[in-house]
Parts: sequence; C-alpha cells; structure tokens
Amino acid sequence: MSRLAAESVTLAYDRRVIAEDLSVAVPDNSFTVIVGPNACGKSTLLRALSRMLKPTAGSVLLDGSAIDSYPAKQVARTLGLLPQSSVAPDGITVGDLVARGRHPHQGLLRQWSREDERIVVESMAATGVDALAERYVDELSGGQRQRVWIAMALAQQTPLLLLDEPTTYLDIQHQIEVLDLCAELHEEQGRTLVAVLHDLNHAARYATHLIAMRDGRVVAEGAPTDVVTAELVERVFGLRCQVIEDPETGTPLVVPAARRSRTATAATAGAVRPAGSPAP
Amino acid sequence: MTAKTIRTRGGLSLRVAPRSALVVLLLLALALTASVVLIGTGDFPMTPAEVLATLTGGGTPAQEFIVHDLRLPRVLVGLLVGAALGLAGAVFQSVSRNPLGSPDVIGFGQGSAAGALTVIVLFHGDTFAVAGGAVVGGVITGLAVYLLSWQKGIHGYRLVLVGIGATAVLTAARDYLMTKADIVDAARSMVWMVGSLNGRDWAQVWPLLIVCGVVFPVVFGQGRSLRMLEMGDDAAYALGVRAERCRLVLVVAAVLLTAVATAAAGPVAFVALAAPQLARRLTRAPGPNLAAATCMGAALLVGADWASQRVFGADQLPVGAVTGMLGGCYLLWLLVTERKAGRI
Repeated sequence: MSRLAAESVTLAYDRRVIAEDLSVAVPDNSFTVIVGPNACGKSTLLRALSRMLKPTAGSVLLDGSAIDSYPAKQVARTLGLLPQSSVAPDGITVGDLVARGRHPHQGLLRQWSREDERIVVESMAATGVDALAERYVDELSGGQRQRVWIAMALAQQTPLLLLDEPTTYLDIQHQIEVLDLCAELHEEQGRTLVAVLHDLNHAARYATHLIAMRDGRVVAEGAPTDVVTAELVERVFGLRCQVIEDPETGTPLVVPAARRSRTATAATAGAVRPAGSPAP
Repeated sequence: MTAKTIRTRGGLSLRVAPRSALVVLLLLALALTASVVLIGTGDFPMTPAEVLATLTGGGTPAQEFIVHDLRLPRVLVGLLVGAALGLAGAVFQSVSRNPLGSPDVIGFGQGSAAGALTVIVLFHGDTFAVAGGAVVGGVITGLAVYLLSWQKGIHGYRLVLVGIGATAVLTAARDYLMTKADIVDAARSMVWMVGSLNGRDWAQVWPLLIVCGVVFPVVFGQGRSLRMLEMGDDAAYALGVRAERCRLVLVVAAVLLTAVATAAAGPVAFVALAAPQLARRLTRAPGPNLAAATCMGAALLVGADWASQRVFGADQLPVGAVTGMLGGCYLLWLLVTERKAGRI
C-alpha cells in the first residue's frame, strides 16, 4: 500500500520531455531514496510527487486521488517538502523561521495555538537547533542552516516528507548529520521519507527502499542490498566498480574501479557496447 | 521568539510582535497628530483644540467651513494617498524581493503621468478626466510590466529591469507630449507631475476611500501568504500557498492602489520606496511589515505636506518635492548609520 504514487506520468519542462510513462510508488513507512546520474529526472520526479510540477500526462496520486484535486493547505498538512533552494527572509530568527512551518495548520483567526508552540519547540529539539532559536538565520553555518530548514519542514507535521538533495553543499560530517536525522525521523517518528541523493553509498546505507533512475526511467528498485550490484551501477551510472560489504553497516559499498583498469576495458568493451548505452 | 500570543477560550489565537504593534500605533498617532496640526495650518490658523472641537461639531460657522470644506478633504487625501503608496510599495518590494521593486521605480508613476498628460494635452480634459487618464495609464503600465516580466513566475531583477525600461519609454512619451502642449497645458502638466495636494476636495476623497476600503482588506488578508512567498515559490507552495495566484491578486491590488493614489495627488515621489524601508527598520521584524508601511506612508505624506506649508508658505512647494527631499535624506542617513553598525 502506498499513500503517494506517480501513475504513468509524463514530465516535461516546456516541451523538453524528461520522463515518459513513468510509474513509481512510494512504500508507506519507508525511507525511499532516488538515485541516478545527473539529468536522469530524479529531481523532476520529486517535484512532480510534491505537486511543484504538473505532469503533462498521467497523474500523481495522494491517498488514491489526484494530488491537485485537494486544497493546497490540505496537501501541505499531509506532504512536506524540503526544496533544494529556499531563501531565508532578511533578519529572521531561527525560531520564527521554524514557526513558519505551522502555516498550513493556521488561519487568520487561529494564528498560534499552544499546539503550534509545542510542535515548534519539539521540531527544534529534534534537529538540535533549539539552542539557536534566538539567532539570525543568516549568521549560521551551512550545516546549521540546513537543519533549521529541516526543522521547519518537521514543524509542518506531515506523515510524508520529501527532501530534494538535502546534503548538497554540506561538509561530510554535516552530510552524515543530516542523514542521521532523516533516519531518526523515519525510525522513531514513523514518517515516510523520500529523498533525492547524489551519493550512492549514502543512499545504500540509509535507504530502506532504493529507486535507481536513468534517462527518465526506473531501472531498478527495491532494498539496497538487492539493488546495488556492480552490474547495476555500470548500467545506471556507466561506471565499472566493485560492490563490497560496508564494514560498518553491512550495506553495499560501491568502490569504483581503478582508472587504469577502467580505461583498459573501456577500449575493448567499446566495440561490443550496445547502442544507446553510455560512454564510461 | 519575540512574538506575543493572545488566545481566547474558543481556540482563536492572534500572534503579535510587540515592537511592530508599538511602531504601528506610534506611526498612526503621528499621522493623526500631524493631520490635526495640518488642518490648523494656513492663512487662518487654528489651535489643535479648535480643530478637534470643529471636527466633533463644536466650531463656529467660519471654522466649520474652513475645516470641512477646505482643509479636511486635503488632509484625508494626503492620509489615504500616503497609506495606499506605503502599502503598494511594501507589496511590490516583497513580491520582487528587491527594495527597488517599488511602483515609483518600475514605471507605474510614469504610466499614470503619461495617461494624465495625454488627457491634459490632447483632450484638454477637466480634473476628473485627468484622474481617469492617470488610473488607466497606471493600470495598463502595471499589467504590461507584470506580463513582460513574466517568465514562469516573477523574478525580482527581471521586474525591476522591465520596469526601468518601461519608465524610459514612458518618460520619452511624456516629453513628446510636452512639446505638443501649449503653455497653459504645459504648466498644468508640470504641476500635476510633481505631485501635489493643493486644492484637493471631497471629489478626490470618495473614490480613494472606496478603493482603499475594498483593496486594503484584500491585501492584509493575503499578508500571511506574502510572508511565505518571501522564502521562494517552492517553499511557499510546500506550505500550502498557491504562489502564483496569491502573487497575482497582490500585484493587481497594489497596481490599483498606486493608480488611484497617483490619480488623486499626482506621482508623489519616494513614499512607496521609502515607507516600507523606514517601517521595517523601525519594527526590526522580517517580512513585508504591511501595517507599519501603510502607517508610515500616511505619516510621511501628511508630515511632508505640513513641512511644505510651514517652511515655504501656503501652496508654494508641492508635497511631492518635499517627500522626495525628506524621505531621501532620512533613508540615506539610515543606510549610513546601518553601514557603520555593520548590518548592511
């Protein structure tokens, strides 16, 4: 059963078609990660799932009905999104920014209930930014800022949360921090998460459900241990590699082949490579 | 969190930032005080007490005439024009995320001026026709600039650049019209273009009051969505704000406000640009600060009108020249002090 699914959607920007007849279902209570090379349509798919992009054919279903048939605020109470780029208004404090996540639950005459207050405090605690509540957002480091945005998305209290490359532009320790936080939200609060990630090893380590995309199509999906194989990585990313067991977690770990062996085999493999498959 | 919350038993709650509320109240008090003083200013001076007595129905027939027929409508036009420009400026600066995205910078004032001049020079129209021309010119310019800036949404720089282009074209058209005008029409046009409150009467008050009465609630009703829009369309959409629709409603409202304000008083310089900036430096609150900008606009315009009458004598210097000077100097001073404080 899945609350959020795309049913044979065609996704396009103006006339440039990114994906055709694409169907994806997000398993409930999963931490789903979408991976694939640049321009494979993974961010586009996430935009469609979060109703930022209207499919030109097919439809995105939320709880069985087309997502754009719901009022905007109702969707915003069910499905949250952490966009790739958001602008913090000038001179806003962390507490005030996180409080904005309560907007879909508020109205002109119900601007700030006790529940709003409690959830904002909880969201800041969960993301470890509670000590920063009075600080200005523009004074924070990149990692702190990303946690503040996640806190805002959390304060929205949606059972489904979509994250568009939440680790981009962060240092390695902040990347892991953000992913740990996502895992916590998934495991402890039982939310369904969908994230687009660049790093295949991160995806393999944290995802419970992996969707591998290439050229607007889903190439494989399932548990990371089943999906991440040397053969699949070569098919999706065009990269020869070994897949070994992660010594820390036992999940698959992708180790790219050395440059020498890759160039040597590419020269011989090039002749038999089927048409349309990628150059290494 | 700086905001205070007021809750009722029925589950209703209001959230108010004390500093912003205080600024709004003070600015409102300032605007009203300046209005009372302004009504008492002129060839027939009255003390504030006499003005208040007359306003509440206790004046001599002469005072009644001077207040109700001559000075009150002028002050009301000033208050409403200032408020409308302040609010329109706050909306545009917020939507374009750029302080230069103000109606007077992006050509709406010029559009209204071109409309008014067309009526003056080509049709020799009366005051009403000129006001109508200003509204039509302003609205057409506003919608044209919005449509030309449209590119999968509205982006700050694009709006400002398209607006500056429109300003150049409209200024040229205006100058061309001036070359066609005879000396009487040209003089009338010049006075109109600086922005003045001289000789405004109830005929200017009513249309302004009606438009403000309709448009203000619409804009303030969208205020919360506008704050979400400042974080980018995606973030706003994720929070359940229909970004494009909300922006269209707000832009149409702000264009209307600018057009009727300009029709009533001419293109008064600088209020729409300065009022929101001054207001947010006083409230120190993020977001568009709609209420504070509205009150600031009203206080700024009435204050400027008082200064022009006081310093330069009755009806010597049009209010638009004073708003330009006062507002400009104050903003420069603020920017310099803020640079010293390292906030900008």
